[in-house]
Amino acid sequence: MTWSVTARGAHQPDNTAFTQQRLPAWQPLLSASIALPLFFCAGLAFIGLGLGLYYTSNGIKELEYDYTGNSGTSNCSVSCQCAWYFSLPELFQGPVFLYYELSNFYQNYRRYVVSRDDAQLSGLQSALRQPINECAPYQYSAGGLPIAPCGAIANSLFNDSFSLWHQRSAGGPYVEVPLDRTGIAWWSDYHVKFRNPPLVNGSLALAFQGTAPPPNWPRPVYELSSDPNNTGFINQDFVVWMRTAALPTFRKLYARIRQGNYTAGLPRGAYRVNITYNYPVTAFGGHKRIIFSSISWMGGKNPFLGIAYLVVGSLCILTGFVMLVVYIRYQDQNDDDDDEE
Amino acid sequence: MRATKGYPQFTDLTCLSPSCRVSHGIAGTLLGEMALCAKKRPPEEERRARANDREYNEKFQYASNCIKTSKYNILTFLPVNLFEQFQEVANTYFLFLLILQLIPQISSLSWFTTIVPLVLVLTITAVKDATDDYFRHKSDNQVNNRQSQVLINGTLQQEQWMNVCVGDIIKLENNQFVAADLLLLSSSEPHGLCYIETAELDGETNMKVRQAIPVTSELGDISKLAKFDGEVICEPPNNKLDKFSGTLYWKENKFPLSNQNMLLRGCVLRNTEWCFGLVIFAGPDTKLMQNSGRTKFKRTSIDRLMNTLVLWIFGFLACMGVILAIGNAIWEHEVGTHFQVYLPWDEAVDSAFFSGFLSFWSYIIILNTVVPISLYVSVEVIRLGHSYFINWDKKMFCMKKRTPAEARTTTLNEELGQVEYIFSDKTGTLTQNIMVFNKCSINGHSYGDVFDVLGQKAELGERPEPIDFSFNPLADKKFLFWDPSLLESVKIGNPHTHEFFRLLSLCHTVMSEEKNEGELYYKAQSPDEGALVTAARNFGFVFRSRTPKTITVHEMGTAITYQLLAILDFNNIRKRMSVIVRNPEGKIRLYCKGADTILLDRLHHSNQELLNTTTDHLNEYAGEGLRTLVLAYKDLDEEYYEEWAERRLRASLAQDSREDRLASVYEEVESDMMLLGATAIEDKLQQGVPETIALLTLANIKIWVLTGDKQETAVNIGYSCKMLTDDMTEVFIVTGHTVLEVREELRKAREKMMDSSRTVGNGFTYQEKLCSSRLTSVLEAVAGEYALVINGHSLAHALEADMELEFLETACACKAVICCRVTPLQKAQVVELVKKYKKAVTLAIGDGANDVSMIKTAHIGVGISGQEGIQAVLASDYSFSQFKFLQRLLLVHGRWSYLRMCKFLCYFFYKNFAFTMVHFWFGFFCGFSAQTVYDQYFITLYNIVYTSLPVLAMGVFDQDVPEQRSMEYPKLYEPGQLNLLFNKREFFICIAQGIYTSVLMFFIPYGVFAEATRDDGTQLADYQSFAVTVATSLVIVVSMQIGLDTGYWTAINHFFIWGSLAVYFAILFAMHSKGLFDMFPNQFRFVEKSE
Repeated sequence: MTWSVTARGAHQPDNTAFTQQRLPAWQPLLSASIALPLFFCAGLAFIGLGLGLYYTSNGIKELEYDYTGNSGTSNCSVSCQCAWYFSLPELFQGPVFLYYELSNFYQNYRRYVVSRDDAQLSGLQSALRQPINECAPYQYSAGGLPIAPCGAIANSLFNDSFSLWHQRSAGGPYVEVPLDRTGIAWWSDYHVKFRNPPLVNGSLALAFQGTAPPPNWPRPVYELSSDPNNTGFINQDFVVWMRTAALPTFRKLYARIRQGNYTAGLPRGAYRVNITYNYPVTAFGGHKRIIFSSISWMGGKNPFLGIAYLVVGSLCILTGFVMLVVYIRYQDQNDDDDDEE
Repeated sequence: MRATKGYPQFTDLTCLSPSCRVSHGIAGTLLGEMALCAKKRPPEEERRARANDREYNEKFQYASNCIKTSKYNILTFLPVNLFEQFQEVANTYFLFLLILQLIPQISSLSWFTTIVPLVLVLTITAVKDATDDYFRHKSDNQVNNRQSQVLINGTLQQEQWMNVCVGDIIKLENNQFVAADLLLLSSSEPHGLCYIETAELDGETNMKVRQAIPVTSELGDISKLAKFDGEVICEPPNNKLDKFSGTLYWKENKFPLSNQNMLLRGCVLRNTEWCFGLVIFAGPDTKLMQNSGRTKFKRTSIDRLMNTLVLWIFGFLACMGVILAIGNAIWEHEVGTHFQVYLPWDEAVDSAFFSGFLSFWSYIIILNTVVPISLYVSVEVIRLGHSYFINWDKKMFCMKKRTPAEARTTTLNEELGQVEYIFSDKTGTLTQNIMVFNKCSINGHSYGDVFDVLGQKAELGERPEPIDFSFNPLADKKFLFWDPSLLESVKIGNPHTHEFFRLLSLCHTVMSEEKNEGELYYKAQSPDEGALVTAARNFGFVFRSRTPKTITVHEMGTAITYQLLAILDFNNIRKRMSVIVRNPEGKIRLYCKGADTILLDRLHHSNQELLNTTTDHLNEYAGEGLRTLVLAYKDLDEEYYEEWAERRLRASLAQDSREDRLASVYEEVESDMMLLGATAIEDKLQQGVPETIALLTLANIKIWVLTGDKQETAVNIGYSCKMLTDDMTEVFIVTGHTVLEVREELRKAREKMMDSSRTVGNGFTYQEKLCSSRLTSVLEAVAGEYALVINGHSLAHALEADMELEFLETACACKAVICCRVTPLQKAQVVELVKKYKKAVTLAIGDGANDVSMIKTAHIGVGISGQEGIQAVLASDYSFSQFKFLQRLLLVHGRWSYLRMCKFLCYFFYKNFAFTMVHFWFGFFCGFSAQTVYDQYFITLYNIVYTSLPVLAMGVFDQDVPEQRSMEYPKLYEPGQLNLLFNKREFFICIAQGIYTSVLMFFIPYGVFAEATRDDGTQLADYQSFAVTVATSLVIVVSMQIGLDTGYWTAINHFFIWGSLAVYFAILFAMHSKGLFDMFPNQFRFVEKSE
């Protein structure tokens, strides 16, 4: 990586702006008259944005329940049916979303993240039979069959299920609230990234013949749902799970509530959530929560963003003031110096 | 990645094209292959070569005349080149990383993140090496296939150069290159003379004469040569261009051989119809090839600092690795073991501890981007750009000589912005080195002062008409002299004046060329000699022609031929030259001219009175800044001469220490001489020298003049170039001859400086200060301006180990230092002294061979391409033709280079820390599993695509103030000297800023993403969105930062900065598009929020 410059030869150097280093150039000088207004404007803009975000976020309602078990807050224990009762004094403004949240669950662990075969999930036949090595130890089953879907992520698919019941009047019967379980995955995931292998004789089961389900799964992938558009690799719960989280505490969308009488939200009244408890997390100190949340133009509840904007905006203004003071003081001094000269 | 000093001239004869300049990295010298060959043979003790006897010579297995400067052939290119490249520490380091990445348990990044940049760098270098080598192959082939006429079996046959062997006799014709190192046997010219041009060897363009020894000079025709069976025994191959000692054994006789009998490879035969030579050294053994060794690489202080910092960063890297590894071990122990339900451990991992160990290496891989391979490449590119700017600078182009400035080394540019000491030669550097015969003193009478009509000494500019030389048809029209009394003295036949000019016309080594009758051209090796011979010519003693045995002079119109008995040549130790001639009457006389210090000691004691007046004149001349020489003669009687000539012959035949023996024989005859007079030659100051020195002084650069001239001349030049001024408090002159005297003089000088500064008022007494070891700091606060002038003989004492510090302290307290009468070695010693104790950047500037050692010693060597050949230029790092360009080189180019390099490094470390440290913070949230924050394509491209060009553009084009401002305000140069813009402190600030950025870069998205959902309610906190958000904001923030750092937005900067952002988004969308999905498991929807 060495170059040598040789410029022998007696011809005169070119007289171009480039060779003579006289290229026309913009030389921005951050003088006080530019920097100060910049700081104040940015500060004001950030504070405005921050306030907007903060109040929007504050307007979003969230209802949260930890059903991990063991600690006194829950009536759930391992692998059972349990329930969470709550009541709404007023209308929970819709649309309402139902999330589950796992904490201390390291979906971002390096070996976990790579433990999947995207080619297989995109329906490629060859990959279905020969999953990539990263899937190990969930690459081949004990019987030597290729696992579909392979890998640790698929194997650890979250399999608790929830149903929501509403008691319209005190003492009345609980009516099941329809949960919309479609459209919970990213559009791109559901339509592009995940595809079932081509059907064999019109049957998905035959397409998966010769593969084994992940060891933790009680049933094969093609039986995840009876709906042909929601089974196999394109099962929405599966797709949601496969989009690994960035942080050890994460939420995933379970369902939307937007059908029937619940388009406007959850009306006031008593509610019961029936939980089918299958998924063990206590061993590694994990927690499971269930969350109802409404949403705004900026997404879910997120006070941090607004606060961050407010802090940065205030800092800008503060710095602006400090610099203004410094500027005024030293400007006077400069004037004095000029006078002396 | 290393400095390059092309192999300037010695590559080979055809290597005149720039592309042929060899320039490669650390490994593989030009002669690598040859060195290998040479190792197979035991080192030669002496060389024997018998003419016309190939069988005999083959026994010794001398190298053939085939040269090989190329390094590779098609088969060896890949392995050898890769081997060389991996000798670079950086390349090996990245190879090591690559190997780590291939271990699946460790690999936290795909192998391509490292291999893409590495392969890119290796390929570029390999392509460059391959092209270089291709041209070398071509030139080798061309040279090896040149035709030469070789005497084989009694006939001349055409042979290719590569088939010429040691012991062959070859015939050369006019204007042909000499094929190998030859012993000249005979030539077409009388007395076996021949003329050569040695421009390829030492850069001197004047012709030199070589002569065959008398016995062989008669071997004019082929039949005689074919029978010639002399054997040469001589020294083994070496690289001394001006020395050769050997003996020819022929017909039971011994004949001494010297450099005067040799034709070296690389020379060109001139003005000689043909000549025959015996091959002594061939191919790689020739002096030309022996000289093509590697020059020592110079490195800048920033280079060294950068290497230290890189080591620190590696240390830091290891620390982070350890912290994260411990974190991993704890996490695996606390959480990971239980999390095995969902993520079992690798088979190889059996404990949390081992997992931590693996995680250490994984983190080393992902954190290695703090020192990316592109750092070194970018630094090289920036320096190359700066070098081109120097080469292209029109304001450093000398119209008169049509020479541009040249950055011969591309690696020192930023150090030009940090120079604190300049060591300058005087002659040819500060002065023009165009010598004009100005005054003379003959037999106690001084000639040459210009008087106006009233008899007053005339000032410059109002000179009367110069005297008319029309009486002399051979006079040089360009020669001007104003004192008519000298011509009168010649015309009336003053014997002293005649003898004076006779000496000037006889005692020299000038060659004459007479193209037409009366049109004489002199070719002199030194301009002084030329000036003196021209003066004699105009005053009627015209040197007409010379043969090895005679000199023909037209004395006042009559041609007189002197027999030339001996030339006692000039060298730096003798500082004089003499000729011994026999005039037509048969009288033998020695004429000598030389430096006054030497010659005045060797005069006959009867000269005392004349000596005194002449010394007065000499001092007067020197006071005017003129260069003086003293002339003397001595009559020799016949017997003495015969006897002396015999001793001289014996000395010249001696095998060992021939030089010393000859010198003592010379010394013996050059004694008790009669003084004739003295000459004074004016060497005019170059244009713009005083202004340049004044400006550089204002820039706080100390200028030391190291000159071979005598004290008065040097001091005078010092005044005329404004180094010394009348405003100075005092000029100390150190002339002591003994250690004690010198010490005392230095002490007194210091005392005076202390006294005056004490009156200015600081608390300590002088004694206390002297005792304190902080001599330097005290002396540096000296009030008033002082200058120091020191003589060569005093300097010799001052440079001794126990006094050097004292000398240095004194000298550094002075504004200006002039060392006169110094030898080339002393020049280098002075530079070395300052380098050693001052930790300051030194620059040496000179033009002659005597400056080479100083140029090589200093941090930066500058060569003035001028009159005295080009050795200085060849040894230098920068070259131009006028001293005044130095101010532009330092204050404009140097300053900018330093500024740009510092800004570049600050930003570069900043952006990589901001980039890499995000992984560190993420480590705490991903179980210390060495999961990267960004996707791998981003990591691969970040340093080579997204952020490389804007910072490169800044490093090449940035300007803080326009060039005229840095000349107007030389104080702007000081930050470089004080090393303010990039040092350890600045580095830590950059790092801190980088880490701060990385904290924001990670924790703000963390805060936002922890609970974020999209506006359609779907999750947002997935890894991919997080990665894209962090990467996007990083690229934007880093681009903002470069925008703030860039002070000079040219169109190119705009293009690169906006272009980089555009490319980032283009690649981002492309990667997330449906089309690439088959290969890339990515989303194609872009996340909208990025803070």
